[in-house]
Amino acid sequence: MGLDIRWPIGLMFTLIGLLLTGYGAVVSSDHAISLGININLIWGIILLVFGVLMLLGAITGSKKNPPSA
Amino acid sequence: MQPIQLQWIDYTVLIAYVAFVIGIGWTLARYMKTSSDFLTSARSIPTWVTGLAFISANLGALELVGMAASGAKYGIATAHFYWVGAIPAMIFLAVFMMPFYYGSKARSVPEYLKMRFDERVRALNSIAFAVMTIFASGISMNALAKLLTNLLPWQFAYNFGGLHLGSYDVYLWICSGVVLLYVLKGGLTSAIYTEVLQFFMIVLGFAPVVYLGLKDVGGWHAMNGSLQTVATDHGFAADAWSSAWKPVLAGPTHNPMGVDIFAMVFGLGFVLSFGYWCTNFLVVQRAMAAKNMTAARNTPLVAAVPKMFFPFLVIVPGMIAAALCTLPDRNYRIPPPIISQADYAKAIDAVKSASPADSEAAVKAVGDALGKKVDAAKIASLVAADAGGKLSDADIRQGIYNSVAENDYDEVILSLVKKYCPPGLLGLALTALLASFMSGMAGNVTAFNTVFTYDLYQAYIAPNKSDNHYFWTGKVITVVGIVLSIFAAYFASMFLNAMDIIQLVFGFVNAPLFATFLLGMFWKRATGTGAFLGLFGGIASSALFHAFTTIPGNLDASSHIVSVAKGGYLHVLQVFPSEMAQNFWLAAFAFTVCFLLTLVISLATPSRKTDADLKGLVYSLTPKIVDNNIPIYQKPAVVGIVLLIVCVILNFIFF
Repeated sequence: MGLDIRWPIGLMFTLIGLLLTGYGAVVSSDHAISLGININLIWGIILLVFGVLMLLGAITGSKKNPPSA
Repeated sequence: MQPIQLQWIDYTVLIAYVAFVIGIGWTLARYMKTSSDFLTSARSIPTWVTGLAFISANLGALELVGMAASGAKYGIATAHFYWVGAIPAMIFLAVFMMPFYYGSKARSVPEYLKMRFDERVRALNSIAFAVMTIFASGISMNALAKLLTNLLPWQFAYNFGGLHLGSYDVYLWICSGVVLLYVLKGGLTSAIYTEVLQFFMIVLGFAPVVYLGLKDVGGWHAMNGSLQTVATDHGFAADAWSSAWKPVLAGPTHNPMGVDIFAMVFGLGFVLSFGYWCTNFLVVQRAMAAKNMTAARNTPLVAAVPKMFFPFLVIVPGMIAAALCTLPDRNYRIPPPIISQADYAKAIDAVKSASPADSEAAVKAVGDALGKKVDAAKIASLVAADAGGKLSDADIRQGIYNSVAENDYDEVILSLVKKYCPPGLLGLALTALLASFMSGMAGNVTAFNTVFTYDLYQAYIAPNKSDNHYFWTGKVITVVGIVLSIFAAYFASMFLNAMDIIQLVFGFVNAPLFATFLLGMFWKRATGTGAFLGLFGGIASSALFHAFTTIPGNLDASSHIVSVAKGGYLHVLQVFPSEMAQNFWLAAFAFTVCFLLTLVISLATPSRKTDADLKGLVYSLTPKIVDNNIPIYQKPAVVGIVLLIVCVILNFIFF
């Protein structure tokens, strides 16, 4: 159906991943609430990796099956 | 519920998500040309997408909230709703039933019933289903609007010529508007795509909460250690919260669910589970949208993989919460029911004016002010600590909060999110919750519009029109469905008890359904009259079963029943140890009645369908699908067996 869903998933998680990573890296706090872990930074990177993998999948997919429309 | 302080980063995540789902709808809009594109996705979607949507349509927000609540109340045995109550049925659907649904070219489950039996069975099923989806979507939206009213800082109060609009109304209409926007643009494909997006949001949004929670209670083994305290405190054997099977095998009085092994395996594992997974069009519709037969059959199998491991995401948080309560230095309790600020103020005054010498009077005064049961010892020590004005109002308030002896288990998941998520992650987790509420509405509305358009409108109101006509009908019905859902949400917010009764009635309607499908698909002699009367008999028998049985809490001192909703209002023949046990037995009973009635009436009535009519609809008259040309890892039977083995292993690990 026209749109490869990996595009929106990839784009959205790349964006949210970047946001959280940036926020975790820049905003300083004591991280007491998350048991002393900078969870935004760590989880942001994980989301970013997931988003980029999805985008890579979408790019390879569009090369394999060029959209007919 | 205390309001949460949200930062700009949280709002950004939330807005990004909403922008993406609307964007998906707009992008898909140009591919929507026929009614089939809009209502059935023109059977064009790859397996992994339909598979994740299949599971996501089931994983509504209410499921998330409810499973965490059950995890806290019953422990790891809650996983039976997954390992017993879902996986076997999903595999059965894939291997045995999908060939008929997909192969018959039916566009909906009721349409299959019409092909197999007759119009009466279809009408009964489609009307019940249409009403049910509207209520389900309304319940979901009501919960979402309430959540946002409590969560977001903006409060609204408008007045249009006597018509008051509060925050609840504004949030309800905005969220419904967003759903309308993307469903109307992209139809079923929109709903399926956003369900996949929601799937990843939930997994990636809640995994860090589970991780932090487990770390906080000291890891898996330490959590089980704490849960032993929980179990013995409740008067059960030490493993009642941390073992899945042993407490159930020990009998209904030895597990917090109060169920016996027959009710668990036959009632939940067979009747309820197969009845839901194999006949509910909301989930089956996702598999029907797949691009070919193999993809359609593999859809429930793809879905079974995450489903099997969901307990660690949705039930473990509840177990963490229960374990946290035994660790005093973590300063956590399962949230009490919502108490208004005014009641808190009254209770604070009661504590201040109480004399430490007469703690009994203080306990009564605080309990009366809150309208809730309170822990006498905690109030007494609070009054003693205050001793005529030593504590601040905030400290007293906290003390009162901690002493309320009632728990609102539905707040467990949100309380953990609040406890562990810093800004940023908080936005992600809350967006995941919001996403699942909205997709709950979208899923129900897309199932509703298909059933309404094809099974009610095209079948009875306006047959033989052009496809364009049905395409536009589908769109109009989508709007109607959303508006009806909004009314259902208001109804749920105003008459909570009526809603419980409505859901009870749907339970009666659904309980016998699988018997009809089972006989229809595997016994060619089953007739339309047999199926129709059998279904009616099954529904009536579940209502009667409910009227003659009840649970201990529903009987007062003189053995009179307290609430009609909990059964026993005609006569009490049987008292079940818990509502869950009553439900499971009711389902087992209704299934058996429907099965026997359909069998006997079918034999007594002539079959109007020839063998040729039933080709592709009944097992014995359908050529077996030959899976030779597909790789072994895609063969449904092979994959199904592997999944079943993994599921059995999981049960043994947590035995």
